[in-house]
Parts: sequence; C-alpha cells; structure tokens
Amino acid sequence: MSNKGATKSAGSEPTLGTDPFKDTVQRLRETFNSGRTRPAAFRVAQLEGLGRFLREKQQLLQEALVQDLRKSPFESDISEIILCQNEVDLALKNLQAWMKDTPASTNLLTKLDSAFTRKEPFGLVLIIGPWNYPVNLTLVPLVGAIAAGNCVILKPSEISKGTEKVLAEVLPQYLDQSSFAVALGGPEETQKLLEHKFDYILFTGSPRVGKIIYQSAAKHLTPITLELGGKNPCYVDDNCDPQTVANRLAWFRYFNTGQTCVAPDYVLCSPEMQERLVPALQNTITRFYGEDPQNSPNLGRIISQKHFKRLHELLSCGRVAFGGQSDENSLYIAPTVLVDVQEKEKVMQEEIFGPILPLMTVRSLDEAIDFINRREKPLALYAFSNNSQVVNQVLDRTSSGNFGGNDGFLYMTLPSLPFGGVGKSGMGRYHGKFSFDTFSNHRACLLSPSGLEKLNEIRYPPYSSRAQKLLRWAMSSHSCTLL
Amino acid sequence: MNKISEVVKEARAAFQSGRTRPLQFRIEQLEALRRMIKERGPDITGALAADLHKNEWTSYYEEMVHVLEEIEHVIKKLPEWAADEPVEKTPQTQQDESYIHSEPLGVVLIIGAWNYPFNLIIQPMVGAIAAGNAVVLKPSELSENMANLLATIIPQYMDKDLYPVINGGVPETTELLKERFDHILYTGSAAVGKIVMTAAAKHLTPVTLELGGKSPCYVDKDCDLDVACRRIAWGKFMNSGQTCVAPDYILCDPSIQSQIVEKLKKSLKEFYGEDAKKSRDYGRIINARHYQRVMGLIKGQKVAHGGTGEETSRYIAPTILVDVDPQSPVMREEIFGPVLPIVCVHSLEEAIQFINQLEKPLALYVFSSNDKVIKKMIAETSSGGVTANDVIVHITVHSLPFGGVGHSGMGAYHGKKSFETFSHCRSCLVRSLQNDEAHKARYPPSPAKMSRP
Repeated sequence: MSNKGATKSAGSEPTLGTDPFKDTVQRLRETFNSGRTRPAAFRVAQLEGLGRFLREKQQLLQEALVQDLRKSPFESDISEIILCQNEVDLALKNLQAWMKDTPASTNLLTKLDSAFTRKEPFGLVLIIGPWNYPVNLTLVPLVGAIAAGNCVILKPSEISKGTEKVLAEVLPQYLDQSSFAVALGGPEETQKLLEHKFDYILFTGSPRVGKIIYQSAAKHLTPITLELGGKNPCYVDDNCDPQTVANRLAWFRYFNTGQTCVAPDYVLCSPEMQERLVPALQNTITRFYGEDPQNSPNLGRIISQKHFKRLHELLSCGRVAFGGQSDENSLYIAPTVLVDVQEKEKVMQEEIFGPILPLMTVRSLDEAIDFINRREKPLALYAFSNNSQVVNQVLDRTSSGNFGGNDGFLYMTLPSLPFGGVGKSGMGRYHGKFSFDTFSNHRACLLSPSGLEKLNEIRYPPYSSRAQKLLRWAMSSHSCTLL
Repeated sequence: MNKISEVVKEARAAFQSGRTRPLQFRIEQLEALRRMIKERGPDITGALAADLHKNEWTSYYEEMVHVLEEIEHVIKKLPEWAADEPVEKTPQTQQDESYIHSEPLGVVLIIGAWNYPFNLIIQPMVGAIAAGNAVVLKPSELSENMANLLATIIPQYMDKDLYPVINGGVPETTELLKERFDHILYTGSAAVGKIVMTAAAKHLTPVTLELGGKSPCYVDKDCDLDVACRRIAWGKFMNSGQTCVAPDYILCDPSIQSQIVEKLKKSLKEFYGEDAKKSRDYGRIINARHYQRVMGLIKGQKVAHGGTGEETSRYIAPTILVDVDPQSPVMREEIFGPVLPIVCVHSLEEAIQFINQLEKPLALYVFSSNDKVIKKMIAETSSGGVTANDVIVHITVHSLPFGGVGHSGMGAYHGKKSFETFSHCRSCLVRSLQNDEAHKARYPPSPAKMSRP
C-alpha cells in the first residue's frame, strides 16, 4: 500500500495532506444529494456488481485470507464469501419488498387517513471493518447500506493487509465510484475520517475503540451500530454426551484460530463434567487437526505479532490440559485447553480471541448463572444440555447479544435472526432485512384528507363547557377513546 | 450528590431482584400509573396550569389522554409483544428452534422536557415499564411544579425502588449522567442531546434522542386554505408554540401570502378571541429567558398580526410575520414560541430546495389537494415524520414510530416501538444434542480434494 492515509479509487489521484478524506466525503455527499442512489434500479446494479466481485474474485479473496490469517478455503467460503453472496442474493430478491412503505393501523380519529412508515436512506454511511473476518464484516454491512440507498465509505482494517488491498484496489472497479469509496489507514487516519460528519456509522471491533467511535459520533449526532465483543460463556450441563459437546464446542472455538467475536470464550461445568470433557476435547482436536496441528491445513494462524504475544502470555494461566505449543515465527498457537484457572487470571479478564479454551468449574447451574451475571453482557452465550429446561433457564436468567442452545454460532447463518450485541458487547443489529432497516430512516407518514373537517371540531379552542362535560365523562369511564 | 448514586444503585438492585420479569407485575405497575393519572388528575392539571398556563382541557387533550391511551394499548398488547417470535429457518436448521427473545435492558433513564412535562416523561416510561426495566425519571427543572408533583405522587402509586424520580438542575443532571444506564431517552435540544450522547458513550449506553428543529409547513396554491389555516393555527399556537412538532414556519407562493394571513387571523380569533391574553385556552412562555428569546426573534420583522408581549405574565400574542428573510434570526433557530414566519417561495421545487439546505427536521407538513405535490414533497425531503394536510397528528398514531433523524434525533418510541426501544431482541437458535452425524460435513479435516493455494 503506497499511500497510507489516502483514499483510493481507480482513476483518481490519491489526495494527501492534512485532510486526505475531504474530497471523497464531499464527492459522495454531492452524489447522495443528487438523488442518484435512490432508484431501485441503481441499487440493484450496485448489488449485482458486488455479487460479480464475489464470484469473479473468489480466488483472489481466498488468497488474501490465506495471507492474512492462513484461513483455509473451506473456512473462507463458508464464513465469508458464501455468506456475503447469500446476503447479496437475499437483498436482490427482496429489495422491492423492503423498499415498500409499511402500512400502519390508525386510531379512531385518524381512521380515514393513510398512515405508513417510509424507509429512506440516511445519506453518507461509514462502515469500519475488523481484521478477523475482513471480507464478511465489511461486505455484509455494505450490502445493507447500498440496498437502503446510501452512499458508502468503507474503512477496512489495516491489520488484514491482504484483504485491505483487494477491497481498495479491486472492489471499486465493480461499483459506482461516485457513491462508493474505500478509505485507508490506521488509528490516526481513522480519527481524521471521523472528524467528518456521517449520517450513519457501523463499527465492528473492540469495546475500547467502540467508545471512541461513539464519542466521535456524538459530536455530529450520528446514529451508530456497534458490533463489539466480550467473553462468551458456555455452560455445559452434566446431562449431556461429552463427546458431542466437545465436537461442537471445539469446532466453534478453534474456527478461524479462535479469532471470532461469537466464539465460546470459556466453559463453565461441574468438576465431574470437566473430567469427561477434557479427554473428549482432546479426542476432537486430534480428529480435526491431526497429531501435529501445526501442519494441519485446517488450522489458521494468529493475525499479528502483537496478538501472538498477547495470547502467548495467556498460555501460562491455570494449567495446560493439552495443547499449549506455539511458534512465534509462523504465529502458530496450538488448540489449547486450560484447567484450574482462577477468575482473577488474565485469561478470564479479557476476551481471548484465540485458540485457547479455559474450563472453569462450578458446583451448580445457579452458581454458573451468578458467575455469568456478575460480568458484562456478552455478545454470545451458549448452553449445552439434553434437558431443555436447563437450556431455557440459562436463557431466561441471563442476557447476551445472541444465544445458542446445544451448538455454537450457527445462528449467524440465519438471515432471519438479527445479529447484534447488548451492553458492552454492542448496540444495534444487522443481517438480512435488519441491515436494510438499520441503514434506513423510518419516517412516519400520515396523509390526512382535506375534507371532513367536522370530525376535527372537537380539538379546537375555545374549550369551555362542552369540554367540561366531555372531560368528566372521559375521565370517569374506563374507555378513553375520545380520540 | 451521593444520594443520586444510591438511588440508581437501588434501582439496579431492584431490577436484579427479578421482580419486573413477570408480565403480571408490569401490568400491575401500569394499572397503578393509570390510577394515579385518574385520581390525581386535578393535581396534574394544577401543575400544568402553574408551569405553562394550561387548562383542564389542554392538559387532558394534549398530555394525559395520550398517556392513558398508551397504557391501555400496551397492557392489551404486552403478552403478544413479550412472546418469543419464531423466525424463518434455513434448510440446515429445519429441526431446530429459531426465534427472537425479548428481554429488558435493565435500568433506563428518561430525561423529560418542560413543554409537555407530563407526557414527554410518562409516555416513554410506559414503554420502559412494559419492557420490564427499572426506570429513573429526571423531569425538567424548568417545569418546576410538575417536577415536584411527580416526585411526590409516583412513589405513592408505584414501586418506590424501581421507578425513582430525581430532581435538580444542571449539576444534578451532570452527576446523574455519570452513572451507568442501559438506555437513556432524552427529549430536548440538539445541544444538550450531544452532551447526553457523549456521556452515554463512556458507558456504551444506547440512546434515544428526541430533539427538534424547524418543522417546515408548505402550503400549496391548490388547497383549501380555510381548512389548512385552521389546522396550522391550531398546531402552531397550542401551548403557545412550545411544541417540538409544531409547524415552525410556512413556505408559500407570494400570491397567497395575504390570504393565508387573513385566514390564520380568522382562526386565531375563533380560538382565542380578540385578545388571546384573556383566553383560558392560550398558554404562556415557560420562563423569562425564553420569553426574551422569542420576543427577540420578532425584532425587525414585518408583523402582520400580534407582535406584542407582556413580560410579567410571559404572554406573547399570537404573531404572524410576512415576507421573512431566510437569513434572519427567526429563520435560524427553532422558534418554540407563538411566532409564525411566512417565507415566500415561487415553486414547489424552490420550497424543497429551501427545506433541504436546513437540518433534517422532526416533522414536515405539506398542504395540497394535489397528490403529486404531496408525493414529491415527501420523496425529495427527509424528516422524522410527516403529516400531509394537517399538522402534529402523525404522532398520535400508536403504530407510527415517533422520532427524529439527523439533528432532530435518533431512535423512536410510542406503542410497540417503545417496547422494542427499551428491550433487547436476543437471537436464539436451539438444537438438540442428538444426531451429531448430520453435522459431520462441517468438521475438519476438510476433504482431500480441496487443496490449499
């Protein structure tokens, strides 16, 4: 990347200087004001362009993901590229329906009117993507923002450099460049970008940076969606088959080398279950990644030195039940299970975001629920049990962005389920129609007929004696359908 | 100051006790709220009279009845809204349960406004209670009588720990905003909205901001001017113009300006008599500062009607200004007073352009007998809400969300939207532990034929 801090679009010179984004922001705003992005046909053309990009550049994207995270093509397909394609297809199929005015029922006074909610684009949207699913977490929001008729600036993560390059250099060729741009840079450049006013911001990343984004948005009264993180608890009941649980748990924990915001972060179970779970997990991990996981094509790598060092430190928490190997040169950390972990230790204080799974023992379901509720609301929460009452109890007595019963984050593949956090794990939501709704202003409209003024008589002053009578009647009766 | 912290702590402990979870509890609290309104009606109208010169009718019609309707609507619908909502499944998840589960957020802070000091704090409260939250109320200190009344009567009818009322001015509000809440709903100005949002950002607390702006009112040549002017006069001058969704200014062709003035005057006379100061139904400005501010906006303008005021009673006559210059002070801030400027434009396009160079307003009004005009006005502008051929009433429809966009706000409430605003919608996918064979395909190692680049 030759020009850090510059915005790039094919055919225009990058502008450097104190405000590298000014021209781009202005250009996109002018485009929005011209009305270009409003017609359905325009949005369809953009979505089709995005679809073509995903199909034609599938291999390029897979290669970028290998470069960034040593992500296997299988993982790249099922958790990134295909999910994006599905979102594009869903939007294309449903756009007309989503764009339609939603009729609203009227009350007595307004019975003769036409009431509806109109979905309108906000204007200029900023999407800030993270490095762990650098294709999915930039392009799925992009689908929604475009479908809703906005102009979009995309700010991919500078940490996943391979993907950043493809998004900056190739993607714009498939989209209308007067309404779409990619902004590049690190934290400093992002700060500069945020000095501009946006009409909506969607950010995916850590709670720490989420606060910074939120504060910047406050300066312009910009509404936001923040997809953050946390420690996602996983309760494993005694009443279950440890091997099945281990399979499901391990798959979702070690997928993308654990660098998933909705991965199970730690396990809560009884000491008895722990004794059965540990060998079951070992069994699963060997089955998945072989005796020497470092040579498995199905296990990825840590994104950077910085995160490798961070995770390496966590390996000395508690006791390694198995795994624990690492290799700094290749940013490799073995799928690891830790036991005898204390709550105060680092591995239980921060979101792990790596292939390390600590098990903590509790003496009862109540203790597990108390443990969970003492902490910040997580993005995801999991409960494994053959007894549906146990699963329901965990659901009812806790809160989290999303919930998985007897499995991991498979819910991410249902576009009918909104994806979002609560409390420190985030605010707002998207996926499927929820994306379209998130990036739209829902404008309440009431069309009143000019005639039939007689019906309005009651509301005009002067209110004297007529009012007294009606007032007394209305206040004393149970019905207040005065209106 | 310590007290504020304690009160919020107690509200949180009360929430964590779990007693707001059963729907029955929430309904009982809402019924208690309803009883409070009916039994203490005279106290409520008394406070509104003291704060804003509202009378029984305007208190009831403009504030209380909407809350009563909301309570009724919410009690009826709560079981439906609170139930798990099943969602469409994918081929892989046909055997599973997938649904959206609504949960309370926790402790909600509602900061009220002084112009409808009962409605704008209690109506959101209804939704927050229905969603199962504890609710901390901070009434506006400018409407002092209502603030004191609420602090007295709410604990007499409702759960004392869950629904505390905290009063005070800027220092107390600043302290309050340092506390952590799970949602903050604020009604007021954009300037303070930014302060609230900045405070919320520190705790990653989501917010609903009901702000304001200049709500334009376009009057087409092709419309029934008698009806239009009547409706506009009603909406503009109610509560002496202190309504966030009041038509702030009129845009019209110069050829109908004087007709509009005449018809507005006619309606004003019908409503408030020759001298509005003597009318029981005409309000007063909230305080001296706002009185000065609004009177200041009239200076140097061409007054077609009214233009006078009386400082001691904070009365400002219903005022109409004509040939107003778009650059003048009255066109650069939300008026929030009984002053109606008319700005002349020569076409619908010009009106649309005019509207679009200002910040997105909370409401937008268009009067025309021509559907095409209405359609075009809506399609080419943006605002929180719209009423065509009337004013204000879109906010009385339960099924329409009430909120702003851009500088007029973010988020919305009323009816079901309130319930959603004050709830977390939790996505759930629940499977069985049986049949792991069906999932074999997803587990590594992936098939040998898929080679790594």
